[in-house]
Amino acid sequence: MAFAAWAVLIMLFLFFPIVIIMLYAFNPSNVQSWPLSGLSTRWFSSTWHNTEVRQALWLSVRAGLLATAIAMILGTMAAFAVDRFRFFGREAVSLVLVLPIALPGIITGMALNSFISFNSLTFSLLTIVIGHATFCIVTVYNNVLARLRRTQSSLMEASMDLGADGWQTFRFVTLPMIATALVAGGLLAFALSFDEIVVTTFTAGAQNTLPIWVFAHIRNGQQLPQVNVVVLFVILVSLIPVALAQRLTRDTGMLRSGARTPAAGAAPAIGAGSAP
Amino acid sequence: MSAALFRRPWLRAGLLLSGPTAWFVLIYLGALFLLFLSALWSVDSFSGKIVHSWTFANFETLFKVSAYRTIALRTVGIAAAVTVTDILLAVPFAFFAARIASRRLQAALFVAVLIPLWSSYLVRVFAWRLILAKDGILNWFVGNVGLGSLNIGYSNWAMWIVFSYIWLPFMILPVWAAIERVPDSFIEASADLGARGWRSFRLVLLPLILPGILAGSIFTFSLTLGDFITPTLVGGAGSTFIGNVVYQEVGISNNVPFAAAFATVPLVIMGIYLLIARRLGAFEAL
Repeated sequence: MAFAAWAVLIMLFLFFPIVIIMLYAFNPSNVQSWPLSGLSTRWFSSTWHNTEVRQALWLSVRAGLLATAIAMILGTMAAFAVDRFRFFGREAVSLVLVLPIALPGIITGMALNSFISFNSLTFSLLTIVIGHATFCIVTVYNNVLARLRRTQSSLMEASMDLGADGWQTFRFVTLPMIATALVAGGLLAFALSFDEIVVTTFTAGAQNTLPIWVFAHIRNGQQLPQVNVVVLFVILVSLIPVALAQRLTRDTGMLRSGARTPAAGAAPAIGAGSAP
Repeated sequence: MSAALFRRPWLRAGLLLSGPTAWFVLIYLGALFLLFLSALWSVDSFSGKIVHSWTFANFETLFKVSAYRTIALRTVGIAAAVTVTDILLAVPFAFFAARIASRRLQAALFVAVLIPLWSSYLVRVFAWRLILAKDGILNWFVGNVGLGSLNIGYSNWAMWIVFSYIWLPFMILPVWAAIERVPDSFIEASADLGARGWRSFRLVLLPLILPGILAGSIFTFSLTLGDFITPTLVGGAGSTFIGNVVYQEVGISNNVPFAAAFATVPLVIMGIYLLIARRLGAFEAL
């Protein structure tokens, strides 16, 4: 009984702030104090028409899509190499790929920042994408690798025996097998990219991604009603890919190890076989 | 061409690895190396340009200026407090989830732990900023109960609460998995031999789930060490973290060498922590 009560308390603790922050989006007042003076959607349209918010959203979406695309390609390549071949340093691949999110965020951010300044790059969409792709690769890698471990390479050999060339085998046998894991990894990568802030502050220069815009305005206390609406939107957007990814990877239960944590390195092991 | 590839597995492996390896070596590992190299450089105070000659001046400043020592100790201290708090919160919950809850409830709890984990970090910190503020929901509640007012917004207390909240799911998941792996028969045997409740937990369960707890503590500790968003949003005047200094030195003062030197502090601490955790088997429990 005592344990059940504790579990209820933990659940309340976990969800209370999320519910509260979602309510604040409907705060009719300019002043952010509790209790709210009512519920209204009056800030939604002004937020929608805020050009700064739109630009920040557009930048976040472009950065997220590009970083996800790069992560999907590189993550899949690494997963195939690790699953199908034995080579020197194979054990280290997972560790290296997870470093960007396992090390404290400021270190990854600063490292990328010195890369950018050392090569005299100017801050642009490209520099944001470089940073995001670097820490997103591991989510795709983990998802695809977990799927590959559950499939047999004999299927590929059979396809080759039946006369398919390498490309046909990939297109008609391998790809369909890993497709859902690949998409799930991509969705998680996008979710990760969409609300990343620590690394992004070091790679964006003066550009505003959506989280950076939110952070700056919370700090300065400007346009808080709009910030609240954006925040509601960010919660919803980051949960959709996660919900989809979970449906796509029921078999491997990847999500629990997901990404965004050092856990991602050893991901498939986190509670493997314990999926309720 | 595909036949040539098929006959030479090393070629295929090489092609597959070339992309990710090039990306990581050129961009990331190279950058990390550069970063720690730059900790040994300095900035010309007149021109603001980086001087590429070797010096330990940055590290000397770190050790000599007491403000930096205070900041480093505060960061490590709060990271440790957060880790202990999360262990205390997570273990009973994980025990309930892994051993008492029905299968259906387990599935629901699992999703319920994942939702906060994946909802935006920044948003959750902001939520606490509103909750703990002077005119926030906490003081409204405390006032209505008749206890006057609590002013813990913008303080180290606020940081402790918020960090514990933010990283709690990272502790719950590995501990949950570790408890689940302990066979029922172990606990039953311990009970049969006369150890009840607390004794069974301390002498049987705890040693077995220790790797899981350590795995969780790697996240709670490392993530707190490297943060600057939470101190900025919910911390007060005396809440500066290593991350804040690094952020300011890079973004405002443009003193990358000094920032790099300070960033080595959490890195070295994490390195030592990981070595110890590995000794105690935490890596198998990740």
